Amino acid sequence: MKFKIFLSVLLSTLILFSNMALSASPKTLVFSAIPDQDETRLKQRFGDIAKYLEKQLGVPVKYVPVKSYAAVVTAFRNNQIQLAWFGGLSGVQARLKVPGSQAIAQGVEDPKFHTYIIANHSTGLKASDEFPKGVAGKTFTFGSKGSTSGRLMPQYYIEKNMGDKVDNVFKRVGFSGNHSKTIALVQSGAYEVGAVNFKVWEKEVEEGKVDTSKVSLIWKTPAYPDYQWTIRGDVDKEFGEGFSNKVKAALIGLKDPDLLGRFPRSGFIEAKNSDFDPILETAKSIGIID
Amino acid sequence: MDSAYKHSPAWNVSWLFVLLAGFSLFFSDIEIISLEPWQELKRLFMGLLAPDWSNLSEIGEAFLQTLAFAILGVAGGSVIGFLLAQIFHWRWIQVSCAFIRAIHELFWALIFLQIFGLHPLTGLLAIGLPYAATFAKVYAEILEEGDKSALQAVSLDASRVSTFFYARLPDLWQHFKTYTSYRLECGLRSSAILGFVGLPTLGYTLSSAFMEGHYSVVWALLLLFYLLIATIRYWVRPALLPIYIIAAPFIVANDSTISFDNVQRFFTEDIIPAPIMRGESLSESWHWLSDLLINQALPGIANTVVLTQVALVASGILTLLFFPLISTHFFKPAGRTIGHVLLVILRTTPEYILAYILLQLWGPSMLPAIVALALHNGAIIGHLIGRYSIEIQLRVDASRGLNRYFYELLPRLYGQFLAFLFYRWEIIMRESAILGILGIATLGFYIDSSIQELHFDKAMILIFITALLNVLVDSLSRYLRAKLRLRTNVDCRATNDYCTARE
Repeated sequence: MKFKIFLSVLLSTLILFSNMALSASPKTLVFSAIPDQDETRLKQRFGDIAKYLEKQLGVPVKYVPVKSYAAVVTAFRNNQIQLAWFGGLSGVQARLKVPGSQAIAQGVEDPKFHTYIIANHSTGLKASDEFPKGVAGKTFTFGSKGSTSGRLMPQYYIEKNMGDKVDNVFKRVGFSGNHSKTIALVQSGAYEVGAVNFKVWEKEVEEGKVDTSKVSLIWKTPAYPDYQWTIRGDVDKEFGEGFSNKVKAALIGLKDPDLLGRFPRSGFIEAKNSDFDPILETAKSIGIID
Repeated sequence: MDSAYKHSPAWNVSWLFVLLAGFSLFFSDIEIISLEPWQELKRLFMGLLAPDWSNLSEIGEAFLQTLAFAILGVAGGSVIGFLLAQIFHWRWIQVSCAFIRAIHELFWALIFLQIFGLHPLTGLLAIGLPYAATFAKVYAEILEEGDKSALQAVSLDASRVSTFFYARLPDLWQHFKTYTSYRLECGLRSSAILGFVGLPTLGYTLSSAFMEGHYSVVWALLLLFYLLIATIRYWVRPALLPIYIIAAPFIVANDSTISFDNVQRFFTEDIIPAPIMRGESLSESWHWLSDLLINQALPGIANTVVLTQVALVASGILTLLFFPLISTHFFKPAGRTIGHVLLVILRTTPEYILAYILLQLWGPSMLPAIVALALHNGAIIGHLIGRYSIEIQLRVDASRGLNRYFYELLPRLYGQFLAFLFYRWEIIMRESAILGILGIATLGFYIDSSIQELHFDKAMILIFITALLNVLVDSLSRYLRAKLRLRTNVDCRATNDYCTARE
């Protein structure tokens, strides 16, 4: 008897549950961002951006925190988010998966982005313009596996300069997870060398979070395009004609230095899909994109 | 000259495993990479002195989500498992269940994340599916090995359904209940670690806090989790369950939607190997596959096996050290209480979280994984063996101390010890694979990398290989247990223990 009650309760709740899922309102613009920095602060970072966009666009806007780069791409592809602050690589991946989607805005700094190679003081490596071949045989950490500045570009330039796979160049290769963690790990000596997004490095140095007597910049990659806002192509149909242009205007019109500091960028400018072709080519050459 | 004395098979097998582990250790990578690991450990324990409860709403939310996902996943799994148990004698059901079980909840979560994204169905299926397969197997074993004497009193024309409810269920109900509530505890652990891949449960908050070194928050979360598990028998009551089950969907619900297109796309595009999708020739496809097998699958398998074998023997050694701590033959009540607390903490902390903590402290070599697996599994088996040891009656003039341990208890407990250890073998292997997500180069590392690069076709092949490896170890373990005639029948009281060891 108890079992039957249990069963009927379970079934009815499952039905209720699936109804709730189906009846969810689709008219909220949901966005996310790749978790490239301190993950405990994601909601603080992007919650206010949602408020700003909501005011500018006149539709409800929601930010959902996501744990990995790949999960942001998946959510975008599944239309669970319509707008995302992607890295160069994740943006390219997302636009390949969702035909019709558009890169609409990028940071002022993004067309000329850099990766910094940083090293623990114990290595004795010093800053130079030439690629520091002394990194060979050290332990090395990337950021996230899906990161442009933390993985794709540094891997490309290291392999190009050293003429060998990173696994053979270094004694040990790790993935810290995000840029702030990379800095922390190289500073503590858990890894001797690391690759970090130059904006995150400069911001953390400025905020006094980095002990520059223990970890320092040793090399800077050539410039490449990186982060951008990408929106799904079907938003105009869902939210009304010209919606993606409205979002674009709202992002480019974002002038509040506090909000811009969340990215951290000095402002947003226009972007188009072809701006990121170099990333696609690099990803193909490394084998991340077939 | 032949010696008249022959070692027992159990002795030979034990040494074989120890030698294998020693050999594996030679190939494993076990260094402490951090320069100041003890500094970090000190900071971790300083956090214990001042747990940070300031962010109570976020912590509360994480716990509600953890509970809700666990309750719904386990409830769904047990219902489906119960139904499957009725037809478990069908060979293909057994094989599919073994296969589904062989894939860890976290891998299921990574798969369902691609299909359902942030929708709660991802978490529910990630727990529910492998749990249903486990429930099916254990329920079927309970049905088979339970007391059948009541059947003889049933009239021949009684229907199957009423026979089941009147002649079988009353005798077996207690077993079902005990096992199911034990699985709820496992479900809480599973639900907690799903947060590591992005579900809004405990692991999400925990891993974020850990990454940033907010150890006070880490301890607040862990302490609350211990409390939750320790009080499980007070808040899990049959009368309360319907309330939980009704409330849980409201807690896990979010406003993300699922569409059938995504499901279809996953099966017809995402997981189809890339060369087939591109219509490449057979030789190009072979090149793609062999590249995957040689550069990812093989090193992944080798590291998974190495880690499993070392961790298995280390778990065994720790078990033998742990069990006297809670045994009446060695310690007075005060001492045993300390032993119990230690073992409860070690077995309540999911090995994934233990490994994560140690990895943050020591850096990503195999060492943290070995220690985490050994501590967790050693504590589980130690607890069970300790309880068995209490039932052994010794003579009043039996020896004491080390002599008692080696000459009185160990010989009597050794068969049981090996049986439990072999039960855990497959579980240790599943965990070894999954720990790769944390950065150790076992199969999980390559699976996670493929998923991060959105190569789901590669990920699925690697997950398939992982599952095969698990099924293989499972049958090897069954073969050894039969060969050594280790006790596997489940008498009434042992059901719970057996299930605890079996998971």
